[in-house]
Amino acid sequence: MSLEALQTDAEGYLSNRDDWSEELAQEIAQQANVALTDEHWKVLNTARAIEIESGSSPGLRKISKRSETPIKSIYKLFPDGPAKLIAKIAGIPKPKSCL
Amino acid sequence: MKTILILGAGTAGTAIAHKLRRRLSNEWDVAVVDPSSTHLYQPGLLFLPFGDETEERILRERGSTLGKGITWHQDAVKAIDTERRRVELAEGEPLSYDFLIIASGTEVRPDMIDGMTGPGWRESVFDFYTLEGAKALQKGLANFEGGRLVLNIVEMPIKCPVAPLEFAFLADAYLTKRGIRDKTELVYATPLDGAFTKPLASKTLGYLLENKGIQVETEFMTGEVDSEKNVIRSYDEREVPYDLLVTIPPHMGAGFLEDTDLGDELAFVPTDPHTLAVKNVERVFCIGDATDLPSSKAGSVAHFQADLMTENILRAIDDKELEPTFDGHSNCFVETGYGKAMLIDFNYETEPLPGQFPIPGIGPLPLLKECRRNHWAKRLFRLVYWHALLPARPIPIAPTMSLAGKQLSAAAEAGGA
Repeated sequence: MSLEALQTDAEGYLSNRDDWSEELAQEIAQQANVALTDEHWKVLNTARAIEIESGSSPGLRKISKRSETPIKSIYKLFPDGPAKLIAKIAGIPKPKSCL
Repeated sequence: MKTILILGAGTAGTAIAHKLRRRLSNEWDVAVVDPSSTHLYQPGLLFLPFGDETEERILRERGSTLGKGITWHQDAVKAIDTERRRVELAEGEPLSYDFLIIASGTEVRPDMIDGMTGPGWRESVFDFYTLEGAKALQKGLANFEGGRLVLNIVEMPIKCPVAPLEFAFLADAYLTKRGIRDKTELVYATPLDGAFTKPLASKTLGYLLENKGIQVETEFMTGEVDSEKNVIRSYDEREVPYDLLVTIPPHMGAGFLEDTDLGDELAFVPTDPHTLAVKNVERVFCIGDATDLPSSKAGSVAHFQADLMTENILRAIDDKELEPTFDGHSNCFVETGYGKAMLIDFNYETEPLPGQFPIPGIGPLPLLKECRRNHWAKRLFRLVYWHALLPARPIPIAPTMSLAGKQLSAAAEAGGA
């Protein structure tokens, strides 16, 4: 499915998690000027795995610990707001609070 | 004698101990393990820094909060051995169990942030999620004569996720009353993308931040507190200067769960979101703040879970299948200052919606809207907590969320889910 045809919410996050694919992630990343390397994928796959396990998008410390990627490095991999960018590319909801 | 062992006698542990004690025969020992000699009413910590609550009213001897027929081991847990169904203690002999309930909550960990507990700790850098912190902050606020008051959530998840916002609203009213609001910049620094993160809440409640002149610094992940320069520094090298910093430090599960198979990276326990059984182990359940669930870490959640978990433990004892009954229900009053509060009621699927919340015998309370009645209900809740919630006497709010009175179309109209 192409990026244009996808259903997203008002803030640009995927409405339907089944629409996600690795190719789509590449496209979303490209739009955000991020070229995905193995290091990026380690972080993205970790975020997806935690979200599926626990039902909520993880904070950076949890992603950092599980993927063994220091938070500083995550900021280098996903500049300009890694928490949201990771969620967008990984096809999971943005991290949020109850209100 | 068979044993249900409950690790932790906070809100969740105490409530479920009483529930189970009522429902089980004398052939069962219902036992709690908790090293602390007192029980703290944590919602009171929000008001203590402003001098609107006293230590005496929010602290009780633990013994007085545990009813007859509940065994209390005043000891700290060292380790859990799920193979041998045994809990090792810091001092006493190991305890065996037939069923185990992990109710060990969460702890604030200022030590995890560089510089946070440095020279400024409890001088210009305060927390209010602990009794000592809230008491120190009361003095800190009383001595504050204006400047930059910065609220900072370091990261999610935290206990009572709306408490930092409530603190900001109450601080605005407090500073105004003291005549120093115009000399104070009130800043709310959050790792999320707004003080309100859901479209409906942003749309309907954004006015609160605007009217109260609260500045919001978004997507700010604190890496360091520099208490020589009085700034907090984020991982992307932004600096937020402060004269008085009120921090909500990172939260972790109990120490005995760190680096074990039972705890995740933050020492929270991977738990089935609906049955509340701990994943991948037999005869172990988890309740309250100790879980890794996306439900709020809040007293109401612990209370609803206690109702539903009791039934599942009775099923487990009878060798029946567990029922997936918990829906993430949470119900919280949100103080907005000047004697007003909002009520929010939500679950895993349904975000806080406007409308009316019916309570039998008390009447409807407005949802997602400020009013005085909500404020008084929040203040009176302390009595409900000591006399009904902890001893597990009936409270007329169902453990699963009801849509009655809620305006369902509101979320869609705001562009949310």
